[in-house]
Parts: sequence; C-alpha cells; structure tokens
Amino acid sequence: MSKTLAFEEPIIKLQEKIKELEEFTTTSEVDLSDEIEKLKTRLKNLEKDIYENMEPWDRVQVARHPQRPTSLDYINEIFDDFIELHGDRVFGDDAAIVGGIAFFGEIPVTVIGEQRGRDTKENVKRNFGMPHPEGYRKALRLMKQAEKFQRPIICLIDTKGAYPGKAAEERGQSEAIARNLIEMAGLKVPVISIVIGEGASGGALAIGVANHLLMLENSWCSVISPEGAASILWRDSSLAKQMAEAMKITAPHLEEMGIIDGIVPEVMGGAHRNPKAQSAFIKEAIEKSLAAFKGMDGESLVQDRYEKYRNVGVFSE
Amino acid sequence: MIRDLFTKSKKKQSITIPSKDAQHDVPEGLMTKCPECKEIILTKDLMKTAKVCPKCDHHFKMTAWERVECLFDEGTFVSMDDHLKTENPLQFPSYTEKVKSDAEKTGLNEAVLTGIGRINGCEAAVAIMDAHFRMGSMGSVVGEKITRVVEKATELRLPVIIFSASGGARMQEGILSLMQMAKTSVALKRHADRNLLFISVMTYPTTGGVSASFASVGDINLAEPKALIGFAGRRVIEQTVREKLPSDFQTAEFQLTHGQLDAVVHRGSMKDTLFKIVRLHTKEVYSHE
Repeated sequence: MSKTLAFEEPIIKLQEKIKELEEFTTTSEVDLSDEIEKLKTRLKNLEKDIYENMEPWDRVQVARHPQRPTSLDYINEIFDDFIELHGDRVFGDDAAIVGGIAFFGEIPVTVIGEQRGRDTKENVKRNFGMPHPEGYRKALRLMKQAEKFQRPIICLIDTKGAYPGKAAEERGQSEAIARNLIEMAGLKVPVISIVIGEGASGGALAIGVANHLLMLENSWCSVISPEGAASILWRDSSLAKQMAEAMKITAPHLEEMGIIDGIVPEVMGGAHRNPKAQSAFIKEAIEKSLAAFKGMDGESLVQDRYEKYRNVGVFSE
Repeated sequence: MIRDLFTKSKKKQSITIPSKDAQHDVPEGLMTKCPECKEIILTKDLMKTAKVCPKCDHHFKMTAWERVECLFDEGTFVSMDDHLKTENPLQFPSYTEKVKSDAEKTGLNEAVLTGIGRINGCEAAVAIMDAHFRMGSMGSVVGEKITRVVEKATELRLPVIIFSASGGARMQEGILSLMQMAKTSVALKRHADRNLLFISVMTYPTTGGVSASFASVGDINLAEPKALIGFAGRRVIEQTVREKLPSDFQTAEFQLTHGQLDAVVHRGSMKDTLFKIVRLHTKEVYSHE
C-alpha cells in the first residue's frame, strides 16, 4: 500500500470513486462507462494540475516518501555486474554509503550512493542514510581507486545530513567531509553527482564536488533541512513548510540560480510510482553527462570542476 | 501582612540582581571580568597578554583586527577585498539589516578579514574570521574573500594561514553558503598542488560547514586552548544520541586526543610557532645531489 501525501488527496479520492463505479458496473446491470470515462479524463487533468504545480514542501514530501527508490534500487536497475566494495581500510564499513564497480553499458564505472533504508529494520542498519566518517572515507577510497583505473565516478546523493553523533565527532566527521571536498576537486576522471532524494549540508556535498551536479525533479538540496533552518532561524521547526519556500531548495530553484547543471525528470507523481521508468530517466541523464566529458583529459576535468565551483556566490563589488 | 512583605522583597531582589548571562558579560570598559575564573582584569592589561586571562589562561574572543595586531610585524598587514558587499540572494527577511548592523559594529565588510603581512619578516597570506560578525558564519562574501586570498597566495607562492572562528554556513544564503565550502576547497586544492603551505588555526568556535571544509584540511592544523571545534552542535548530538556529553567534548584538547590536530598552541606563542612553521617551509628545499 503506497503512502498518500496530503497534497495528493484529491487525486486519491477521485481514483477511489472511479474504482467504486467500476466495481458497481461489473456487479449490476447499469452501464456507467460514460461517467467513468468522464471521471478518468477529469483525473488526468487533476493529476496534471497537481503534479505539475507542486509546491516546494510537496516536493520535500515526495523526496522523503518511504517507497522512493534508494541508491541500491537505481544501481541495480541502471548498472550491470555491480560488485559492492566495502570498508574504509581505517576503521570500518559504513552501511549508510554503498559503493562499488559496475558496467554502465560498455563503460566500467565506480558508483557510490548514500543509502537509506525502506523500513525500520533496514533504516537501523543504514543509520537512516546518515553517514559516519568511515562512510565518507570509503567513498574517497573508491574515488581514488576509480582515478587509478580511469573510471568515471557516479555519485547518488540521498541524505538528511552527515550523522551528528558522538562517535562520528570522535572519528573526525568534519575532517572526513572536508577531505572529500578537497580531494574531489583534484580527481582526474569525470564525476557526475545526482541528488536522488534529499541533499542536506556537508553530508551531501561530501560526494557532490562534481563536473555535473544534477537533481531529480522532486529532490531537494540545501545547506540544512527546512526543519533545521526553521528551528535555528525562526526558533520553531514547525515552520518547515514556509522555510522550504524561503530557502529555495528545489531543483527548479537551484537550476535557476545556476547551481546545478540539469534536472532529471521524474515520472508523474514521483519516482516511487515507477522505479523502472525512473531508472531509465536517470540512465539517460548519465549517458548525456558522460558524453559531455568524453575525451577530456584529467587536467581539463579538474579545470572544469574548478570553474564550476569557483564562481558560485552572490555579492556586489 | 508579613508574608506579603516577604514576597515583595523577594521580587525586588530578583529585579536588581543581574541575570546569570549578564554576570558573565561585563561590558567593555575599564575592567574586564574573566568568564572562567571571575578574575577582574584591567582591560588595558588584557591587551598586553593578547586577551588571555593572566590568572587562568582563558583565551578571550578576539576581533580580526586584534589578531592582526598580535600576529604581524607592525604596519606590514595590508587588507584585501574590503569592498565586497553582501547581497540578499534569497530575499531573506531582515537579513540585510542584520549584516549591516554587524558591519557597523565590527568595522568589517563581512565575517572575515583577509590580506597579506609579515610575521617576523616572513610574508604570509592570511584570512582571519571574526565571530562578532554573524557568528563568523560563511556566506558568499566570506567564501569569496577566502578564495581570493588563497588565489593571491597561489599566484605569489605564499603560505596561507586561516584563523577560523565560525558557527558554520550562513543559513540565510541557503545553497549558496553550502557551495562556499566547495569553492574554498577547489581554490585550496590548487594552492596545495603547487606544493604551497596551508596552516589552519582553529579558534573558538570552529564548527559546522567551516569545520567541515577548509579548517580541517591544513597541512598543519593548530588550535587555541579550549577552542570549541566540531561538526555538529552539542545540543543536536545530545538529542540524537540521548546521552549527556562530557564537558571536554569538542574542545581543542579533545580533538588533539582524537588525532584531528597537530598541536594546541597558546596564544602567547602563536606568532612564534607560525613563524617557525613558515620558515621551515620557505628555506631552500634540501637536495640529495
């Protein structure tokens, strides 16, 4: 059973009504097919109307949908022969970040993703997709490995943030993130990062210093979650909805500001409605991005990344 | 009634006794009270010890210009990019006013002062964050100023020293603030690729997005004693892990024990330490031939 989001309620109600009528036609003598057709057209229009005019907060809800595909779901759909590689070689293996090698079509690639769980049990294992330092260090190890073997790197961003825990602090959460930023700046292979769900704070950016930074249509990305910002700036986390609007965190906003290089379209109503079709959209986006960097040498890739981030900021002189 | 008199007098007492915060917060004037040991110190004496309590060694917060005074040979520091102005890219309510009032209060255009100066004759590029300006938080201008001074240092082949004092990213600039972490990183990477020296000095406080970007990746990481250094805030961590954290959690000494710092350096010997490190990196490279 799919979870219904508040803004979708009119659609669900209409769907139920149609179902009811359809059942009624099969069990009784009355032919209601005309009415049903009319309602179906209305449903189509309503869906278009609602899903194409989603408010920032609606998108946040879709990005957090429990059935939304995770990194591993996409990895299994998009890549072939994926072999997961574990551990940071220093402390441990963080299940909140997965990574490994795989074929993207004919091209060997390294793929890394922040991994949340679908249910409570898996979420405990995955720490709700909130990595510890060893997760970021594993990611960096795999990126350096990719560079050695000249493989492009695909990163899937999906986190509420790096884990704010005691052990994470003791093992250098700040340093792990900071190290990734600076080392990613120098990678001599193409890096494509895609925000597939939530992308909050340094925990997201730690696998996001890319040649192309893309976002799924209903994902969000910001310096902090809307709840966090509302609680700090307005001292009331229940104002998250207003904050989601004020902070400009959606893919269209970030594209407008020139922060991201493109939006990956989502299936109507959100990626969870059809993960297979969604994977195809992402696959197409990766193909396009990889084609853009084909034949570029290492120095040019570093230069490209430098220019991309060097010029971010709004100020006057 | 007697009871009335009693409550009345109690009320009166609570009005005249300053709040707990106010007791710690002695306004700048002739005398300054140490918030740690409560010692009363002559304010002009405090400047002689680089704002370190002579009794308990507490390191008071410093303004960026006070640090310049303690650090550089007299008259050698030249500031850069003081003309950059903060905008309000997300049209955040009351943000412009807050920045303006902090600029008036501190005399800085933003939460970092950058420039080039000499330490015992050795030239170095420096960025000094000032926590009196929006808690030293990093928005577009802070990111830009740091990036520019790093690029200047790369061009002139100078070492970079960054004094961090920041609560983290500037929330009112949203994603733009987050991206300043990437911007400063790509600039530092270029500096590093030319085998140039970067010394990070963490002071009270170095947290959030600043701690999770340039502050943590110096070739040499130093910190002032007792400086608060960490990624997440104490309150957030306590709520997450549901336990009380030890009092020394996220102090400079804690970070030293956990391998995140090369040394904790007393403010009194900071200039000399920086001089020695810079000198060790500017002497001719030893040749095996």
